[in-house]
Amino acid sequence: MAWVNGIIQGILIGGLYALFACGLSLMFGVMKVVNLAHGDLAVIGGYIAVGVIAVTHVPVLLSFLIVVPLMALLGYVLQRTVIQAALNRGILTTLLVTFGLSIVIENGLLEFINANSHSLGVGNAMVTGSFKVSSQIQIAYLLLLIFAVAVAVLLGLQFFLTGSKYGRMIRAVADDREAAQLSGVDYRHVFGVAAAIAFGTVALAGIAYGMYSQFSPTTGTDTILLFAFAAVVIGGLGSLWGTLLGGVVLGVAQQIGAQINASDQLLAGYLVFLAVLVLRPQGLTARRAQT
Amino acid sequence: MNGSPLLEVSELTVHHGQLRALDQVSFRVSPGEVYAIIGANGAGKSTLLRTIAGLHRPSSGSIRYDGKDVTGTRPERRAAAGIVMVPEGRRLFPSLTLEENLQIGASHARRGQWTIPRVYELFPWMHDRKNQRTEQMSGGEQQSVAIGRALVANPRVLLLDELSLGLAPVVVQRIYGMLPQILATGLTVVIVEQDVSQALRVASHIHCLLEGRSTLQGTPGDVTAEQVEAAYFGLARQEDTALWHG
Repeated sequence: MAWVNGIIQGILIGGLYALFACGLSLMFGVMKVVNLAHGDLAVIGGYIAVGVIAVTHVPVLLSFLIVVPLMALLGYVLQRTVIQAALNRGILTTLLVTFGLSIVIENGLLEFINANSHSLGVGNAMVTGSFKVSSQIQIAYLLLLIFAVAVAVLLGLQFFLTGSKYGRMIRAVADDREAAQLSGVDYRHVFGVAAAIAFGTVALAGIAYGMYSQFSPTTGTDTILLFAFAAVVIGGLGSLWGTLLGGVVLGVAQQIGAQINASDQLLAGYLVFLAVLVLRPQGLTARRAQT
Repeated sequence: MNGSPLLEVSELTVHHGQLRALDQVSFRVSPGEVYAIIGANGAGKSTLLRTIAGLHRPSSGSIRYDGKDVTGTRPERRAAAGIVMVPEGRRLFPSLTLEENLQIGASHARRGQWTIPRVYELFPWMHDRKNQRTEQMSGGEQQSVAIGRALVANPRVLLLDELSLGLAPVVVQRIYGMLPQILATGLTVVIVEQDVSQALRVASHIHCLLEGRSTLQGTPGDVTAEQVEAAYFGLARQEDTALWHG
């Protein structure tokens, strides 16, 4: 029964990992940018939420209404300035620039805030409570909520990308940006919109992580970015639903590892990640390799 | 229309790195013309067309469109202003359906008579297959979609780059057969074509390039086959031809 519980908890935590991963996957799929500052930006989202809650006293669960638009705006601006400038100099430059951005963010947080951990604690019974499925299986409302948010985000992204004018332009630019220009599409603006959406999901990831656990200035790279990468690689690059599958596989592997030995939790997750890289480098969701 | 050109290219020089792809090329295209650029592989035809579309920056020279200098204008602005290119190799969006490809073409369109239903009238087979992805289609079908995607932008100047490339002759005939219907809507066309006889059939004006330089300009009626051959290959100079025939 403990194993069943582990698997269920792993699936649920996979929703959080999918939230980490979908923005990373979107930015890679559209602009071919591997955003190494991805995790740090999620942490910034968390800090902004802490600040917004302290100042405006909005309920934690509603803080996303302010944080997501702020992060989306930051995403658009960063893409149109720093990241686009890096892209103009070549794909590899974006690695250096986002790595630099990551260092700047972490040290900026250490310098101007502090190294303490923060969390988005909520007294709400809905969030701290849980329900029992059986004597050994207990499901936390919060994890269920995060999983539901992840599914909603992915569904929303899918409808947006396939059904809206901007979504269509994002797919066209991802396919062939020069051909899109010849149809009058300003790919820089479309990149900005895609980055805004990615940063919006990053904000949700930061808030969700802050409610689930606690974050400090270095959480972005040592946890969120690594898990996001693992989920993207396991699920398959450039596939949206692959990030959920990847997140769930990673979560389940970690929980099974924890069942074997509490200290093997992270190791088990990375072993699965390595196994996928070796045996199925295109990821579990088989899609034609993207150019 | 008065005699003022719709498109005017002046002393255009374009470099690819160290290589000079175009050297001081000038010409004017009047409204309603079919202006054909011919030349061998590597003569700079596609570079010329891509520079007019805005995909290459010239090292010197200028491009004027409708009386305005567009030399530094971004390709997406030129497209929205009415200079629209059907690129070499078609360059459709493979993960989009046929209709979505056309919708992208129409997304920044000028006002005009070309709409997606109008394209379906021109190519009736498209209507039944509008939800298919274009990568499953034949080369000729893809070329038609690429033309349709350009038409729905309602261009004033349509740039056609190597329409016949990789297509069976019968398909090429069919696509060129559409040209009069397209021209009837008042478009001006600049085509790049390796197939000289095809170009001579449809063009009102031809312009031959050789290694980036203009070697011949004129109407198909003005130029002789020998002149075209000489300009195209650059082998037979005036005195050589005299020698051969003498």
